[in-house]
Amino acid sequence: MPGTVLTITSGKGGVGKTTATANIAAALAQLGKKVVCVDADIGLRNLDLILGLENRIVYDLVDVVEGRCRLRQAMIRDKRLPNLFLIPAAQTRDKTAISPTDMVHLCDDLRQEFDWILIDSPAGIERGFRNAIAPADQVAVVTNPEVSAVRDADRIIGLIEAEEKGPARLLINRLNPAMVRQGDMLAVEDVLDLLAIDLLGVVPEDDAVVVNANRGTPVALDEKSRAGQAFRNVARRLLGENVPLLPLEDESGLLQRLSRLFGRGD
Amino acid sequence: MAAEKPKIEIKGVRDGLLITVGDRGDWPAAQDALLETILARSEFFRGARLALDVGPRPLKAAPLGRLRDRLADLGVTLWAVLSESPKTQETARTLGLEIHLARPRPGRVVRPVDTRPRGEEALLVHRTLRSGMRVEFAGHVVVLGNVHAGAEVVAAGDIIVWGHLRGVAHAGAQGNAAAVVCALDLSPTQLRIAEYIATAPPRQGPPVPEMAAVRDGQVVAEPWTPKLK
Repeated sequence: MPGTVLTITSGKGGVGKTTATANIAAALAQLGKKVVCVDADIGLRNLDLILGLENRIVYDLVDVVEGRCRLRQAMIRDKRLPNLFLIPAAQTRDKTAISPTDMVHLCDDLRQEFDWILIDSPAGIERGFRNAIAPADQVAVVTNPEVSAVRDADRIIGLIEAEEKGPARLLINRLNPAMVRQGDMLAVEDVLDLLAIDLLGVVPEDDAVVVNANRGTPVALDEKSRAGQAFRNVARRLLGENVPLLPLEDESGLLQRLSRLFGRGD
Repeated sequence: MAAEKPKIEIKGVRDGLLITVGDRGDWPAAQDALLETILARSEFFRGARLALDVGPRPLKAAPLGRLRDRLADLGVTLWAVLSESPKTQETARTLGLEIHLARPRPGRVVRPVDTRPRGEEALLVHRTLRSGMRVEFAGHVVVLGNVHAGAEVVAAGDIIVWGHLRGVAHAGAQGNAAAVVCALDLSPTQLRIAEYIATAPPRQGPPVPEMAAVRDGQVVAEPWTPKLK
């Protein structure tokens, strides 16, 4: 069966697209799937850093597209997970070095060999976004629970619909349950009400994400991290499992939330 | 079929090149003829900014998006699509393309709507308008879906939103202060009727269908009730 192309995008920068790509890929690979990540953020590559593979790069995406190497030569195997691969972005070129058609052809080749092809989209709505979205079978939109990120997510969801790649699913990243409880941060329900789109997962704010990224080990492989657990749940949902949302709050908070849900009665 | 091949006309305009595709032939034939023309003179077209006049053809997002990507591969930036078809205009807008050259095209005068007799023209938008989308129509506009914050609806007549209205709505945009705006949840970022501008106060309690109109020089929103009495 040919593999599935999942594009991870956001509109706004800095919301955690690359982190999400690395961790969902690692979690899928840990579940036994053969996975390749493609870094489509040409000129601003990061995915190799998060995966700790920077020093192994010889060839990149633009080399493949321009025929300087074979596809296989540009694939870097992960240090920990033998069925996880990375195709890095070129750092010395820009988004115009490849076209949407190139990405479609590349992914058609990758589909034959991999179960999942994850594309890390650059921020913005220009050429780089169109490159990343062109081959997609599924799209995940990453946002943070804050108004500017949600507004940009809305714009990108509209563009995904216009490209007839929808419906996109939403990944809410960096949710701080304590701030939500105090009314200082948008809650999951608020974001869903604003965006009117299906939810793929909610990842709580977790220092372990930064710690692990700096070490080049995806947090999804950290059994103790709550963010890691959330990413593993996302991977299982992508495989069609019905996994309930992680309880994001400690017990007292959960009780409050439940009583609020029951008390509201609408 | 040579007989079905549409005529391709190229002319320079202030903002780049304008290519007019003749009305003969279906869209695939028109697209082939267009790409053929560009490929034949690819060096001339490389780096060009292109406006495309497709005549009355109704185009969906997928074919238009593909054409834009093909043109991008050839180094041609498609920035505007001109058409008489409202469908094509809507598609072009959702893809972020302009639908007018800088100056309005001659011979396409927008009719002002100053009275509202039965059978007035309306545009039905059967989708949710997300941030960055804009619908403009020289009649009434009905949105079957939400209008999200960051989206805009501009109508010469009334605006009716069967959903949340959280973006900007401008009814009576050509000066008709008798125009109204209705929504199931009327929480716009900003509401304009003719030259009157208002913002919505924060909502208390669950939303009810409301209608906004100009009363004594002010935009006023009232719960909408069918007038049975």
